[in-house]
Amino acid sequence: MVKLTDITKVYLAGDVPVPALRGINLGIQEGEFLAIMGPSGSGKSTLLNILGCLDKPTSGTYELDGLEVSALDEGHLAVIRNRKVGFVFQSFNLLRRLPAVEQVELPLLYRAVSNRRDRALQALSDLGLADRVTHRPPQLSGGEQQRVGIARCLVTNPSLILADEPTGALDTATGHEIMRIFQRLNGERRITIVVVTHEREIAAYAHRIVHLQDGQIVSDEPNSSPERSPGGDGGSEASTA
Amino acid sequence: MSIIDTIRSAIAALAANKLRSSLTMLGIIIGVSAVITLMAVGQGSQKGVTERIRGLGSNLLFIRPGQSQASDVQSAVYGGQALTLVDEDAYAINDPEQFPYVEGVAPQVDFEARLIAGGENTTTTVIGTTPGYQYVRDFYVGKGQFISEDDIARKGLVAVLGDRVAETLFGDRDPIGKSVRLAVGPATMALTFNFRVIGVMEPKGATAIGDEDDLMFIPLPTMQARIPFLRHPQGLSNVFQISVKVSSRGDFDRAEREISALLRERHNVDKDDFVILTQSDVANLEAAETEISQTLWAAMAAIAGISLVVGGIGIMNIMLVSVTERIREIGIRKAMGARQSDILMQFLVEALMVTMAGGAIGVILGVTLSTLADGRTILEQSVQAEVSLVAVILAFGVSAVIGLFFGIYPAYNASRLNPIEALHHE
Repeated sequence: MVKLTDITKVYLAGDVPVPALRGINLGIQEGEFLAIMGPSGSGKSTLLNILGCLDKPTSGTYELDGLEVSALDEGHLAVIRNRKVGFVFQSFNLLRRLPAVEQVELPLLYRAVSNRRDRALQALSDLGLADRVTHRPPQLSGGEQQRVGIARCLVTNPSLILADEPTGALDTATGHEIMRIFQRLNGERRITIVVVTHEREIAAYAHRIVHLQDGQIVSDEPNSSPERSPGGDGGSEASTA
Repeated sequence: MSIIDTIRSAIAALAANKLRSSLTMLGIIIGVSAVITLMAVGQGSQKGVTERIRGLGSNLLFIRPGQSQASDVQSAVYGGQALTLVDEDAYAINDPEQFPYVEGVAPQVDFEARLIAGGENTTTTVIGTTPGYQYVRDFYVGKGQFISEDDIARKGLVAVLGDRVAETLFGDRDPIGKSVRLAVGPATMALTFNFRVIGVMEPKGATAIGDEDDLMFIPLPTMQARIPFLRHPQGLSNVFQISVKVSSRGDFDRAEREISALLRERHNVDKDDFVILTQSDVANLEAAETEISQTLWAAMAAIAGISLVVGGIGIMNIMLVSVTERIREIGIRKAMGARQSDILMQFLVEALMVTMAGGAIGVILGVTLSTLADGRTILEQSVQAEVSLVAVILAFGVSAVIGLFFGIYPAYNASRLNPIEALHHE
């Protein structure tokens, strides 16, 4: 469903061009669970932003569900973000003043749907937050906030979930709890998931691990033994990639 | 994003910062209410002028003593001048054969006097005139009767009171048949006369020549017989003004020409020793006088308009701050699929809500202030205020336009933010 061909991205630091991605070729099948790993500055966040249509590549082509999106303008990209992609952020990125249910309704505001509230409540209860719908972010724990964030991206029925260090702000146990949620969504709903992380034990949940260095893919391997412990302390059982 | 959702989210955002929103609104509230109030007062003074001019009666010529420069209308009205007109002039003009277009003539003499009745006393203008006055000035007696030809012939000590004078002196009691004491001159050596009240005028209000309810009428010959300085050297009786009613406006030029000729002949002068004013001359003088105060009110309304603009700049300032504070929110919304137009609308609607809510409160406040100011004396000026729909729409519309104008730049800035940078903004 995703096909990246010769993607490059060059930022300008003042007048000096700084290459962030240098010829990325990557295909992602529907229903895949992919982890992107790499050190800081390797270009993994840039890659995720391009996948999520938040950013445009400097050159190369990006096909999403058969649609050539690298040629689209900002208005159309906004529609793609709204319809096809769901973001999960390291710092949750919830709006401080809104109760959970309105956080989840937010993406639905930007498309014409009538049963917004019902869908948001359903998404929250899917993530075990039925008793937290009126809570605002400061009243929620980190794990709960991230689950609200996941509910917010699920409510639009996205075909692709992009998670940028989704466990980076959480303790280990909560981090694994979140990863198991992704695992469940991937297994039960066949949603394609791409997680950017620099932690091996988080990447271990994916079926395929891509390593990035200096803006290039240095390895792309299937994970033969993805993490499978549905309970307990998964952190100590991280398998090697 | 639907407009209802946009408005709802704007209200939520404004409610999250109540103090800031209301302070921002205050600038608009003050501007709008000041513009409405000052425009209402300006409008009111204009309306007052129109009413007072209409109150004079219609198709009138006023003949007053004056020097030959007919252009020097100002001195004819206000300046002290030689008394050149006599009552016989008035009677000569009232000649249907020579002047078929003259419908009525009313000579008059007026002076300030004190009136005493029972325990009450008041100072008022006493007018000596003839029965023709009612018809000429279109100002009739409301109760009892006006001065009759018989009163003129007998030089009777009878008086007709203005509506307010009657109320001041007699309150609820019926003044007809009662006695009023009139005193002229310095208190220690005043001439005093007792008059019998025969009528009370209908209420009329202020006109271009003053408050017509604050008057007392007596027969002209009575006044001339009793007040020595009104006597003419040749034994004739001076008058201060002759009002002439002509049948139509079209006759003004002819009347002015022919009456001038008659008066020159009667006075045996080459240069006019009188001035003929039409109603519009009087109206112009009145208008010129009120124009000054109207210009003043207009200038004040303009200053209020400036405060509205300053309020608008305040809104722009706050909106810029608000955009900066909410950069991350903008990034989140964009990541969730908000288009540039959605973000633009969100911030524009917030600015519009502030100005329009401020405008609405300002309109209510302005109308209230105008109503309170109406009929009061402020800075020694009697204020008439009339709120016009135009002023309300104008002030409200201007506040909306200001919201649009000063809101668009911050909103445009917000909409153009790069979503990635916005998301990582601390």
